[in-house]
Amino acid sequence: MNRQRAAWLFLAPALLVLGVFFLLPVLAALVLSLTDYDLYALADIRNLRFVALSNYWALLQRPLFWSALGHTVYFVAVGVPLSMAVSLGSAMLLNSPLARAKPFFRTALFAPVVTTVVAVAVIWRYLFNTKYGMANFVLGHLGIHPIDWLGDPHWAMPTIIAFAVWKNFGYNMIIFLAGLQAIPLDLYEAARIDGASAWRQFRHITLPMLAPTMLMVSILTVSGYFQLFAEPYVMTEGGPLQSTTSVLYLMYDEGFKWWNLGSASAVAFLLFIIMFAVTALMLKFSQRGGGL
Amino acid sequence: MNPRLAKALINGLLIGATAVALFPLLWMLSVSFMAPGEASSLPPTLLPAHATFNNYRELFVHAGMGRYLFNSLAVSSVITALSLAFNLMAGYAFAKLRFKGRERLFQVLIGALVVPAQVAMLPLFLLLKYIGLVNSYAGVVVPGMATVFGIFLVRQYARGIPDEMLEAARIDGAGEWRIFGQIVLPLLKPIMVTLAIFSFLAAWNDFMWPLIVLTGQEHYTLPIGLASLAREHAQDSELMMAGAVVTVLPVLLLFLAMQRYYLEGLLLGSVKG
Repeated sequence: MNRQRAAWLFLAPALLVLGVFFLLPVLAALVLSLTDYDLYALADIRNLRFVALSNYWALLQRPLFWSALGHTVYFVAVGVPLSMAVSLGSAMLLNSPLARAKPFFRTALFAPVVTTVVAVAVIWRYLFNTKYGMANFVLGHLGIHPIDWLGDPHWAMPTIIAFAVWKNFGYNMIIFLAGLQAIPLDLYEAARIDGASAWRQFRHITLPMLAPTMLMVSILTVSGYFQLFAEPYVMTEGGPLQSTTSVLYLMYDEGFKWWNLGSASAVAFLLFIIMFAVTALMLKFSQRGGGL
Repeated sequence: MNPRLAKALINGLLIGATAVALFPLLWMLSVSFMAPGEASSLPPTLLPAHATFNNYRELFVHAGMGRYLFNSLAVSSVITALSLAFNLMAGYAFAKLRFKGRERLFQVLIGALVVPAQVAMLPLFLLLKYIGLVNSYAGVVVPGMATVFGIFLVRQYARGIPDEMLEAARIDGAGEWRIFGQIVLPLLKPIMVTLAIFSFLAAWNDFMWPLIVLTGQEHYTLPIGLASLAREHAQDSELMMAGAVVTVLPVLLLFLAMQRYYLEGLLLGSVKG
């Protein structure tokens, strides 16, 4: 009896914090998204009206929501595979018995992960400066004309993707490296004796053995990339021509620039639903793939 | 493939990747010591002609960087200390204390991980506005005082503590708090270090929530201060790079000093529960 009470006392602070500052707000967000909470309601709560699903309905008819969703999906669809490929590639290099100075390389490749997004985004803005940036300087030597990386609607998102890959690949690299080290070496030994090429070893041993890790990593990375915000906030302010306005950027503007908190909550919930659906689909497809 | 060629190729690729990973950081450091305007020249200069601390002086004397640095240190330290205490207690309870509905409650917490934090931010802002915590340190700290990830991490680790040890202490008449303080905490030391580094880094690097809840410059943390400087001084590359150094260097050094704990925690946290 006494032990039960002790357990709840141990849990109380954490549960209280999570309940009051996370669970409650999430439920409140659902309610908020069904109201027209705006600047007037902020001033006087009596101006608040229940509007049912009309925030959602209005959003689905706004071109800006669809373009923000499109940019976010673009970022996820290109950024995640690219990140994972770079992570896996560098993990395989680090795992190779031929690699030297592994601890040094591992630390160096991981370093961008621990840096502050805002600070390194400021660096990248400078590296990709049209006039003085190192990127255009190097390309100039290869005979390529200067590109307006962050000022051209076609190039701004690819530049942000490159930035995100540089910043994040080290995280998954460490997870892949642990996965690779867990693959029994005799599998490769047997394959070599059978005369399998490096590519076939990769295709038929490495990839299948890494499949569970891949699934987990891809789901986590997809969720992370859907939450794109700080990068465009610092590097492009959502521009040029709103070409890097993400869903969260839209939520931020809607909520904290225009104070349409009802509509902004609807944006947040739509993002949540989309993320949930994508994750569920990934799990489902992987189960089907694994069952074969 | 010829083994010597393979070896050269693999190490060459590693060197190339490392150069790409580190170049922006090294260049940031170099440019931060350049005189105003020096970084805006063609061809780009790699090293300052005459290294100067003027950018740092400018930041700390005129741009309020000292204030931001202090705010970041204070907020991150308090979040780390509080979340460490709360997560340790809860994680231990989930791992080792029997109570009704334990598994169910834990599943609910893990389930909450699918909800992105941003969903909570709008009502959270209203809640804090109502209790008067908007634009205060407490406003940044309060939502970070416990994390599902931290509880999960501690639980994973604490499950390794043998029950017999705790039972023996109970038979000797030790209370639950004494057991926690004198037996459990010393055993949890490695995960404490790991969790502390994680919490500190996350708090230091956090951007969106402080941006929302801090409306006045006097409470800005470094990322918010730097972002606002970057909007005002877009052209002063040297000054911005110095600001980036001040923001990034503390966490980079912390990581370098404690990377073993950090990487272990990263792997522990990503193992499927």
